[in-house]
Amino acid sequence: MTAEPRIERSPPVSDEVRKTTCYMCACRCGINVHLKDGRVSYIDGNRDHPINKGVLCAKGASGIMQVTAPSRLRAPLRRVGPRGSGAFEEITWEEALETAVSWLRPLRETAPERLAFFTGRDQSQSLTGWWAQAFGTPNYAAHGGFCSVNMAAAGIYTMGGAFWEFGQPDWARTELFVLFGVAEDHDSNPIKIGIGKLKARGVRVISVNPVRTGYSAVADDWYGITPGTDGLLILSLIHCLLEAGKVDLDYLARWTNAGFLVNGTEGPEKGLFVKNAESQPFVIDRRNGQPAPWDGRDTEPDLGAVWDGQRTVFQLMAEEYLRPDHAPEAVAERCGIPAARIRGLAAELAQAAFDKAFLHPQPWTDFRGNRHETMQGRPVSFHAMRGISAHSNGFQTARALHLLQILLGSVEAPGGYRLKPPYPKPVEAHPTPHFVATPGKPLTGPHLGYVRSPADLALRQDGSPARIDKAFSWDAPLSAHGLMHMVIPNAVAGDPYRIDTLFLYMANMAWNSSMNTAQVIEMLTAKEGDAYVIPRIIYSDAYASETVAYADLILPDTTYLERHDCISLLDRPISEPDAAGDSIRWPVVEPDRDVRGFQSVLLDLGARLGLPGMVDDAGRPKFRDYADYMANHQRRPGVGPLMGFRGADGSATGRGAPNPDQLDRYIAAGGFHQAHLPSEAAYMKPWNAAYQDWAVDLGLYDTPQPYLFNIWSETLRRFQLAAEGHGPRQPPDHLRERLRVAMAPLPVWYPPMGEAEGYPVHALTQRPMDMYHSWGSQNAWLRQIRGKNALYLPTAIWEAQGFAEGDYARVTSPTGEIVVPVAHMAALNPHTVWTWNAIGKRRGAWALDPEAPEAVEGFLLNHLISEVLPGAHRISNSDPVTGQAAWFDQKVRIERVGPRALAEPQFPVLPDPPRAGAGRGANFRRKFGRGGAA
Amino acid sequence: MTALPETTARKLGLVIDLDTCVGCQACVTACKGWNDQGYGVPLSDQDPYGADPSGVFLNRVHAYQMQPPEGASVVVNFPRSCLHCEVAPCVTVCPTGASFKRAEDGIVLVNEDACIGCGLCAWACPYGAREMDAAAGVMKKCTLCVDRIYNDNLAPEDRLPACVRTCPTGARHFGDLSDPGSAVSRLVAEREGYALMPEMETKPVNRYLPPRRKGAAGVAPLVPLVDVQATGLAGWLDRMLGKI
Repeated sequence: MTAEPRIERSPPVSDEVRKTTCYMCACRCGINVHLKDGRVSYIDGNRDHPINKGVLCAKGASGIMQVTAPSRLRAPLRRVGPRGSGAFEEITWEEALETAVSWLRPLRETAPERLAFFTGRDQSQSLTGWWAQAFGTPNYAAHGGFCSVNMAAAGIYTMGGAFWEFGQPDWARTELFVLFGVAEDHDSNPIKIGIGKLKARGVRVISVNPVRTGYSAVADDWYGITPGTDGLLILSLIHCLLEAGKVDLDYLARWTNAGFLVNGTEGPEKGLFVKNAESQPFVIDRRNGQPAPWDGRDTEPDLGAVWDGQRTVFQLMAEEYLRPDHAPEAVAERCGIPAARIRGLAAELAQAAFDKAFLHPQPWTDFRGNRHETMQGRPVSFHAMRGISAHSNGFQTARALHLLQILLGSVEAPGGYRLKPPYPKPVEAHPTPHFVATPGKPLTGPHLGYVRSPADLALRQDGSPARIDKAFSWDAPLSAHGLMHMVIPNAVAGDPYRIDTLFLYMANMAWNSSMNTAQVIEMLTAKEGDAYVIPRIIYSDAYASETVAYADLILPDTTYLERHDCISLLDRPISEPDAAGDSIRWPVVEPDRDVRGFQSVLLDLGARLGLPGMVDDAGRPKFRDYADYMANHQRRPGVGPLMGFRGADGSATGRGAPNPDQLDRYIAAGGFHQAHLPSEAAYMKPWNAAYQDWAVDLGLYDTPQPYLFNIWSETLRRFQLAAEGHGPRQPPDHLRERLRVAMAPLPVWYPPMGEAEGYPVHALTQRPMDMYHSWGSQNAWLRQIRGKNALYLPTAIWEAQGFAEGDYARVTSPTGEIVVPVAHMAALNPHTVWTWNAIGKRRGAWALDPEAPEAVEGFLLNHLISEVLPGAHRISNSDPVTGQAAWFDQKVRIERVGPRALAEPQFPVLPDPPRAGAGRGANFRRKFGRGGAA
Repeated sequence: MTALPETTARKLGLVIDLDTCVGCQACVTACKGWNDQGYGVPLSDQDPYGADPSGVFLNRVHAYQMQPPEGASVVVNFPRSCLHCEVAPCVTVCPTGASFKRAEDGIVLVNEDACIGCGLCAWACPYGAREMDAAAGVMKKCTLCVDRIYNDNLAPEDRLPACVRTCPTGARHFGDLSDPGSAVSRLVAEREGYALMPEMETKPVNRYLPPRRKGAAGVAPLVPLVDVQATGLAGWLDRMLGKI
């Protein structure tokens, strides 16, 4: 044996580490970007960062391959051939911006609504919304309508906060964690970290999900529910808990509207709260049987009160859910879960909430002025995402889940589900929608908001929708995030009207982000005479996505390591339950191409258009670029995009004058800033005086906003009353019945809409934890992990049709047909098939070889999913309350077709637009300090 | 042929918790990222944007479906990398001495300057833990991040293999398995950690913690307060609110 070779134990790691924020998905983890010779050499997680605490996912560590991807666009492009031909010429930024201005200026001066500006997965909605408001078009939203607005809206309307990243289980104290239909790409690292903590403590994790992968695979118990029946299951759990008296009466009486009296008298007030002379709902005090103010210091609400013949919310709720049609035996077959298993889950929930209850020794004062020596711990927590919400009954299902955790007394209780600042935030603290377009003027307020009644709907004088996506119309009254998935179909149908310019950012609407992709591609190229039906399309993207080919003007964006960004308390911050937090991105490397950060481009466009707030009194640009805006824009006096290091000396947090050195301070601090809550404010936030005062000090709101949770939703009942014929604003007759059902004031379950006869199998998608939307496939490392997808078939279907490895199946829906590779999966609901989302690519896109597996065998389910329901009126295939795209309502038929080598449908190969191109070509070798090629 | 050390002073290795691994692939790309610029030649990719991309990964995660004797089918995510065997057949088979096991800590490495790319070690390894770099023609394998774990240029808390540092669920643990008092040895003892394929007599150092038993908790069923259908809501309310 020769001597052991000597190993260099301490090689230099890098020349420099620059700390910024990841953007390989929407998590916003902190990253250390290592540089050698000025190039990115390695990326790992920032240990100090509140989101990821040093860990990083598969995507995050692969970010180095995103900055070298050959798919990166390199200069502004102008279309010179037909749409979809890929014939572009590179132009200068000046030409590009002036072209855009020449299109947009006349629209603003004559008909601002003819611009539709919709953004995808960007994280700058407080800027893009403000820009659209200044432009004056009502037609603005981001992608929430096709993502998870049911989650957001049901949470806000019920408890002033949602799942998603807006809260999290009390990982340190919970004793049972139940996941419903989670999308594992969302709030991904925090949930993984949390599950790891629970596993280390031996805490049980339960999954309710048709598919047993990922988090469901490690869950201690799995309920393989039939898609679309989660609400039915949850209401049955509520039935069991009520039946056994296992609900937190004290919590319900103090912190919810369970004690409010509901008007039971037939007429236009039926189902609304009984009000006092000050138009306030009130409760009956159990000590004297007399009306008392709901927020009175000494009030003890009587949940069993009957006053003047009117009963409480609590009684109406109990009456509803104690009915035998909510019993486990009545729902078991539809849910695909035996009744005994449902009863077992209810017993586990009750055991965690009540048998494992504890008192957290933290004194606090509630908003009524009462001092408490302890906080009641209820150690059971939940999380849910798109799995339950991407159904046409998803809003009410999410509401049902919130009702469940409220009945257990666990929301904001120690051990339960904890909201993150700026949440909790009641409906009343949100704006209502603004939508009236006036030539040459801005909108009078933000586009998106929370309607309280039909009076807030965005309707024109004739009752037709004011917005191109029909958000806030009778089609989707509470569509707080808009309906991006309907913009192109509606614009082409001229329903409610035609537009001139479609302006999109970071949304792959010509591929995986649209329902009915094949038809949307036709819509984008549809002509009337010689002119396109959508006359102009401006698109900003960093990469050669499928959508680039269909735009007329391309504004190439940078990658996330080359840009400024602002993860702001004004939209989606990086808070924790114990701290508000925000963060930045900054150019840790400079772009090597003629590209610009979209937000800077948007501010430039705004200045050229003279939009208010973007020019000074002399009409000169007010902001040099997005970085300048981040430091110096003020939304309200003293409140800007970033909360940290405000004031002239940088010592103020939250409120304070702009500080020109603010971004440097963020960079020095690792790219983020936190404002910690006092320990007294950490739980019971909606009712906790210490929290409310802290939130006002920080600038989250200007006065304390305590509120009660809405078990009974008066807003929903107002729409139901309208559907029943009451009130001056009436829905069209064809929508009355579905509004009457969907707008129930108590959480309700109804079968998913649009299910057709002869299609017996549910078809789902989910996103892998190692791939985000369509971005991942251009990444040389990630595509080696998951370069193609199969349709997973349950054992029953696999065996019944004699499927074998290598087979394909024809999958048919009323909308279309695909022929795709299949694989067998036993850990799957027997009535369900599923595949990974957005792996399938169109040939020629993303700088991949046209024979890439993503394009040859990879596929989308989107071709099977119609954006409208069958029948007249073009009713969106969405939740009737919020307009959330009902992706997961899809049902199909499966037929074995035997071995194939090519998925169908196939589309013509997309031409390759001008792009950076280099990447790490074939057989690339890179070694820093060893003369490797770049 | 190459000799193994008689003993090693320590047995550094990984303990991987199969009850906790969600299969997120974070360890796969963290490993790729570090080792692409770390010990030895970079981990090349062939045809990275083409029809048949393939590159070197020192750590891969596979998902397996299993049907237990009772209950629903399960999915187990299984990370796979070099196990740093005590009786490493990849070392003894090496004709040039390039493959070796360090006496100091038991890490199995390839000295790339001596590697002729014959591939015998990959054939000898029963775990499929080695991958040939097609560009450089040398064998690549997990180094246990030997250039991190002793690296004075890293903060002490970062002197971990990249896969361990990045694992979001904390399913990967690193330490000295020769020390019965080490955190990893205690985990193995508590959770009945096991070696892969002991019948191969390679004596792997790495351990896997098995998935915990799954299924219902066996909590006693809830007892109804009253027979609501018999008493009506009023009877239920009396009992319910009488609890306050």
